[in-house]
Amino acid sequence: MARAISTKRKAINTVAAWSLGFLIFFPILWIAILSFKTEIDAIKGPLDVLSAIWTTESYSAVQERSDYLKHFTNSVIIALGSTLLGLIIAVPAAWAMAFVPARRTKDVLMWMLSTKMLPPVGVLIPIYLIFRDTGLLDTRIGLVLVLMLINLPIIIWMLYTYFREIPGEILEAARMDGASLGKEVLYILTPMAIPGMASTVLLNIILAWNEAFWTLNLTAAKAAPLTAFIASYSSPEGLFYAKLSAASIMAIAPILIMGWFSQKQLVRGLTFGAVK
Amino acid sequence: MATLHSRASARLMLSPAVLLLLAWMIIPLCLTVYFSFLRYNLLMPGEETFTGWTNYYFFITDPSFKDAIINTLTLLGGVLLITVVGGILFALLLDQPMWGQGIVRIMVIAPFFVMPTVSALVWKNMFMNPVNGVFAHIALALGLQPYDFLSQIPWASIIWIVSWQWLPFATLILLTALQSLDQEQLEAAEMDGASWLNRFWFIMLPHLSRAITVVVLIQTIFLLSVFAEILVTTNGGPGTATTNLTYLIYVQSLLQYDVGAGSAGGVIAIILANIVAIFLMRMIGKNLDA
Amino acid sequence: MSIKRTLLGITITAATLTALGSAASAEELTIATVNNADMIIMQKLSPEWEKKTGNKLNWVVLEENVLRQRVTTDIATKGGSFDIVTIGAYETPIWGEKGWLNTLDDLGEAYDYADIFEPVRNGLSVKGSLYAVPFYAESSFTFYRKDLFEKAGVEVGKDQITYDQFAQMVARVHDPDNGIYGTCQRGKAGWGENMAFIGPMVNAFGGRWFDMDWQPQLTSEPWKKAITYYVDLLSKYGPPGAPANGHNENRALFADGKCATWIDATSAAGYIYNPKDSRVADKTGFFQAPKEVTDKGTGWFWAWALAIPSSSAKVDAAKDFLKWATSKAYIEQVGESEGWVAAPPGTRASTYANPKYQEAAPFADTVKNAILATNPADPTLEQVPYTGVQFVAIPEFQGIGNYVGQQISAALAGQQSVDQALENAQQFAVREMTKAGYLK
Repeated sequence: MARAISTKRKAINTVAAWSLGFLIFFPILWIAILSFKTEIDAIKGPLDVLSAIWTTESYSAVQERSDYLKHFTNSVIIALGSTLLGLIIAVPAAWAMAFVPARRTKDVLMWMLSTKMLPPVGVLIPIYLIFRDTGLLDTRIGLVLVLMLINLPIIIWMLYTYFREIPGEILEAARMDGASLGKEVLYILTPMAIPGMASTVLLNIILAWNEAFWTLNLTAAKAAPLTAFIASYSSPEGLFYAKLSAASIMAIAPILIMGWFSQKQLVRGLTFGAVK
Repeated sequence: MATLHSRASARLMLSPAVLLLLAWMIIPLCLTVYFSFLRYNLLMPGEETFTGWTNYYFFITDPSFKDAIINTLTLLGGVLLITVVGGILFALLLDQPMWGQGIVRIMVIAPFFVMPTVSALVWKNMFMNPVNGVFAHIALALGLQPYDFLSQIPWASIIWIVSWQWLPFATLILLTALQSLDQEQLEAAEMDGASWLNRFWFIMLPHLSRAITVVVLIQTIFLLSVFAEILVTTNGGPGTATTNLTYLIYVQSLLQYDVGAGSAGGVIAIILANIVAIFLMRMIGKNLDA
Repeated sequence: MSIKRTLLGITITAATLTALGSAASAEELTIATVNNADMIIMQKLSPEWEKKTGNKLNWVVLEENVLRQRVTTDIATKGGSFDIVTIGAYETPIWGEKGWLNTLDDLGEAYDYADIFEPVRNGLSVKGSLYAVPFYAESSFTFYRKDLFEKAGVEVGKDQITYDQFAQMVARVHDPDNGIYGTCQRGKAGWGENMAFIGPMVNAFGGRWFDMDWQPQLTSEPWKKAITYYVDLLSKYGPPGAPANGHNENRALFADGKCATWIDATSAAGYIYNPKDSRVADKTGFFQAPKEVTDKGTGWFWAWALAIPSSSAKVDAAKDFLKWATSKAYIEQVGESEGWVAAPPGTRASTYANPKYQEAAPFADTVKNAILATNPADPTLEQVPYTGVQFVAIPEFQGIGNYVGQQISAALAGQQSVDQALENAQQFAVREMTKAGYLK
């Protein structure tokens, strides 16, 4: 029953939303603008900055100095790897908790979340020692493992929430039709859970991409992802506003683009989760 | 619905996750607890001696400790307040009919994709800097004295930066929850004469309660260990104005190389986090049940 | 057929030997360094060394504090992640003594150790053994705007002035209505930030960090006088937001023409003097950092140096790189390709004797004198049990220095009185020194 919305009302909404959206987005827009200016221009006032010449010299300087491709590849491998590994472990776990709830399920869930509450700073040395002894320092595998472990609680928890939305009757019906456990998971559960899984995957990729503590401390040169790439331009001896902006854009652009294309997916997944 | 057979296989399916997380939690936790009872300075390895509760004593009687706890909790409360309230408002706005909703949505979501270190640097240098920042230039243009955000209201500034990063997340979750609201129920209430405020309070808000719970829980986990933003902007200062528990641990274990004290701090942080978690679950945990 | 087989055999053997041969000499080294301009130049020019020796360098470039933490963690746990590390004059004596670094006394005659300035060599040695080779070294002096001084009728003589005289000068050139601040100084908290400036200033006022029994002296008269002076000076004549300004911010301010004076690192002179980076390149002069009741320890000493962790397995290749990156030939090369004003300063006498350098860097002699005048082994009016001009070469200093820096920064921001700040600082220092076992 769609009520007629006046054009005037729609226009007001549009203006209000766009202004607020623009305000929120402005810092990112600003970085993008600064990345195309020279260093001297980048620290001037906003009007001066806008009227200064546009140049790609910051991008070329960054590209010359650091190996973007290597860092980018590492970021991709680590983000995708940890997410995939996490999914493989989390899906069965979340399934078990959603469809075979025990009395203690809630507590187990809370306990899993609480493992995330240990501040990484506090365990840096123990983990560093373990990594040193197992030869995992500065390896992508090592990072994939760590990032998988720190995000596993979130993955399990989100999947759990989505799985609980799926009506148990459908699964029971399938079972009564003789479907085995494997078939049940594969052919019935998975298709219904895809939107939820998609948004979990996306969230996890973002979290892994932006993780800046372990990725900085457990890598040296070989496994360093984009977070280390950015770190080499930050707060240095000499303000590198323009180069930092260029490096930042190069680091967040992939994720931003991915977010743009998958926003429908992200939204649908979360909508599915909240639909009654 | 659950047969004995599926109970067993359920446990089997659950076990890898549980085992891994158990190992991940137990091993570093045990090492941390072990170190917390040692006098272990990183720069003097091999000279560790058992020292009982000394590290805990020193950590708690550290003059920065009280401030760190207060700061940690105020950041948590402040950001949750801003993001939940702001998220609801934004969600309400974005739910309205308008043109170009997709673009506005991506603009509002964008800050979540930016690395925390980059956000903090951008806000610090390009906006809040009292000489070169955008805010300073605007103030000068209006004839006002530029305000030194990070020196005068440092913790509020950091709360603002962190809120900016998390607002998109909250907005997105709340928006999608809002979009699943049954319009008919709302219209029926309106026809019965309920004001907008009543409709909001009695129909919309309860419907959003689960989404709000999700937002609060996930954000709490991350907010308790905010670190990068502080490191990059104020280094915990001026004084201890922007030192939170995580930063204090960093100062102890990595700046003073006192791994013993840092480990004690880590244990205390876990205890605090668990207290907060239990508290939260008590308050809003019921919303998680369908 | 047998000929074919023989030929095949020879080819395979030859190929294998070549592969083995080049594999044996082709090392991959991981090098960690700070993202300062000079290091970035080193990174840019390093492919030459790679080509010459067939080795490959993997770079880890980070900001100073993050780098220090990362490298210390690795070295202390013998993680072995790095083959070459960039460390400063603070870590070198501490780590050298612990045996965490390789000694570097065997780089050969051609390296010419005697060419390196003595204070620099001493600052990086322990018991006569060199543990790190200096990449660049610096002290501190005063940058000033010749044009503004002339306009205000302020004269700069040849003798070292006192901080009181400095304050008077500053008052006369302070012109905020025209966007000129009398002086810009470090206010951002950190043992290597504001404390690097405040330390020598306290030395000049006759103060010291610890007495001979390691008792902290932070509430002593010289400290009170010095910090009160500092807060007054910057509150009256400094730019807004001073408590958040570190070296970078002040350098940008001075280069942009907003400061009349600036006491800071000699290594910034190249930047200020480069018309591409600075608007005041032709208007800047330099004079010695001020004294007050003593001229000891009034200019700081810092060097960034390259060292090899003892956990590295590629010591020979690493030593070769160190030799290359800090040699006279390298400095020549930077001079020719990047401009002499960008040559790594403060390390070798030969650089300063080079007429091309003198021409491109008119501040060269002032810098040289500043460095030669430093003496980290005797930095204060009264005797002290430590070495270091603007730092104390003990591991605990980082934490103490940072905390004291925080307190003073808060005092500058007007959030507490100078007395309160020093009281807090003293209590903290006593606590830390007790915890560490220096005090009973």
